Amino acid sequence: MTNKVISIDPVTRIEGHARITIQLDSKGQVADAHFHVTQYRGFEKFSEGRPFREMPSLMARICGICPVSHLVTSAKACDELLAVRVPPTAVKLRKILTLAQMVQSHALSFFYLSAPDLLLGMDADPAKRNIFGIMESNPEMARGGVRLRQFGQQIIELLGDKRIHPAWVVPGGVNAPLTAEKREQMQAMIPEMKAFALHMLEWFVPTQTRFAEEILAFANFPTMYLGLVGPGNTLEHYDGDLRLVDAKGKMVEAAIDPYSYQDAFGEAVEEHSYLKSPFYRPLGYPDGIYRVGPLARLNIVDRCGTPLADEALAQFKQIPLEERQSSFYYHYARLVEILYGVERIEQLLDDSRILDTHVQALASPNAFEGVGIAEAPRGTLLHHYKIDENGLIQWANLIIATGNNNLAMDKGVLQTARHFIKKGKLDDGVLNRVEAVIRTFDPCLSCSTHAVGQMPLHIQLVSAAGEVTDEIKR
Amino acid sequence: MVKTLRIDDQDVSAGTDDTILQVAQDNAIFIPTLCNLEGLKPVGACRLCLVEVEGYRGLAPACVTRVEEGMQIYTQSERLQTYRRMILEMLFVEGNHVCAVCVSNGTCELQALAQRLGMDHSHLEYRNPAKSVDVSHYRFGVDHNRCILCARCVRVCDEIEGAHTWDLLGRGIQSQVITDLNRPWGESKTCTSCGKCVQVCPTGALFKKSKAVAEMEKEHEFLPYLNTIREVRSNG
Repeated sequence: MTNKVISIDPVTRIEGHARITIQLDSKGQVADAHFHVTQYRGFEKFSEGRPFREMPSLMARICGICPVSHLVTSAKACDELLAVRVPPTAVKLRKILTLAQMVQSHALSFFYLSAPDLLLGMDADPAKRNIFGIMESNPEMARGGVRLRQFGQQIIELLGDKRIHPAWVVPGGVNAPLTAEKREQMQAMIPEMKAFALHMLEWFVPTQTRFAEEILAFANFPTMYLGLVGPGNTLEHYDGDLRLVDAKGKMVEAAIDPYSYQDAFGEAVEEHSYLKSPFYRPLGYPDGIYRVGPLARLNIVDRCGTPLADEALAQFKQIPLEERQSSFYYHYARLVEILYGVERIEQLLDDSRILDTHVQALASPNAFEGVGIAEAPRGTLLHHYKIDENGLIQWANLIIATGNNNLAMDKGVLQTARHFIKKGKLDDGVLNRVEAVIRTFDPCLSCSTHAVGQMPLHIQLVSAAGEVTDEIKR
Repeated sequence: MVKTLRIDDQDVSAGTDDTILQVAQDNAIFIPTLCNLEGLKPVGACRLCLVEVEGYRGLAPACVTRVEEGMQIYTQSERLQTYRRMILEMLFVEGNHVCAVCVSNGTCELQALAQRLGMDHSHLEYRNPAKSVDVSHYRFGVDHNRCILCARCVRVCDEIEGAHTWDLLGRGIQSQVITDLNRPWGESKTCTSCGKCVQVCPTGALFKKSKAVAEMEKEHEFLPYLNTIREVRSNG
């Protein structure tokens, strides 16, 4: 047997375009594996020369799934350029928007993209292994998933007038206050969402025992974790300290200064991918590997800060921390965060000053450099801009949430491939697991997927001589 | 004296000095315009208001063509619709009009016309010209990417404010609006910072610097005010 390369292209049920290659040695064992992001975007470059006030909307175009995250993070960087204090009500409204975005994005990841594997099994018929398969076998779950996503999207629309790419968040705040009528509409949806989120946790937690092998081999290795935390080490997605802890839960950095992020993090460029690989600089590359996103956030914080989610978090933390190094637990963490999101939105809507009409601080730019950080559904997102004295962007740098997980995803693909591919044996279930490890991270590689369910998957086994020796198509 | 004529088979009457556009508007007949603005001298620059006049060899710009007794005018023929869309397409491909991130998204006259006239794509190749942005003025900015050279700013500044800060430079596709003798707006000695040019700009080319995407709503009550000033001046 000669050396072979297996290529999974494109990876399905993720957001954006990617490819996985697996190299087999002459004995058919996995020699190496990589996760390749095959798109190039260039937003940092073409924003140069534009007025900074365009940045939130311009940056939101990076993505159709998580535009709100870019919108909010960009606006936070612009707030820094204005050097103003954003009105407290505007901060709360932006928080509601951020959480609504998280709920809808997590619902998409869990129910549309990963639940087919979790409900129907990793080895289920690929023709059924999609949202339509879920509708058939568990209509209640499908309906709930759709409703949760709708809940998030409707809140975004009620606040920003548009579900995708709202222009409502602007430098200095938001451009319109919340009305009592819209608040009532949002509040009316809360009880159903809370009940469903709880119900799904009740279903999923015991179900996980079926996936012992996946838990063992899905990017299960110690890394550091990065995320924002609120006062008292609570869950936070909009503001707070940028905290880094190690795999044992020990504090590495309590609060990284946003303006010193380049001292804390380096960005390595790998030949095989257009996605940069950030790493924690003091530990070097690639030892400075860390993870972000729902699992990282829950592994960092002590409390969520809302009653039901705190109970769910306590249950989550009953799994020993050594075990919670497996990226399979991203799914669990996502469900806890959905519950938290619904509860926290409720709290914020109940705030007595949420209908205040002073929601925007007006100013001309007062600083030439601004860094904004927020938690996107899939992890810490950073925007960094420099402007000239007139407010035109001179330079921009973005560290995208998914990028932070690049090293872990790449390493995770190798671990999963090594575990499941034995002697070059290749079947659909095995390859689905290699894709599924990527899905745990819910990477957003650029923009929304354009097809539902059945994306073409074409895997070829190519010999060292370039001969196609085996082939699977779906 | 009153003149009588027909527009789209409708009998209409008009004053001696009326233009075809004025008569059409008085009778609620839609003729698209971009450079025209009531209160400013018409220049016939954008050519969107071209109409067919029986007996004329070419097409006539409605904003600068005076009515004649017994004229037969057609405003909605297939040929005109095609030409209008083509003019819009040319305006779009000669600039960089990115509605999604424009301050005037939703309030832009160019965008509204493209929607109304059914321009859903361009048959011409986008030229993606490299154009500049001048935000040196303390309150306002000009983004040449979005300028359609309608010269409303030039006219309002000259005819009403009396400052004549704005002018046109260059020829053909190289043309652009300039302040003073092509100095940065912020260094202009003649600009009174009155903001009339910003209010009359049909697109997001002229904007208030404090405005973010889709926030640049023009103050429509400002326009009748321009008319009043003009009338007072011409009567005085």
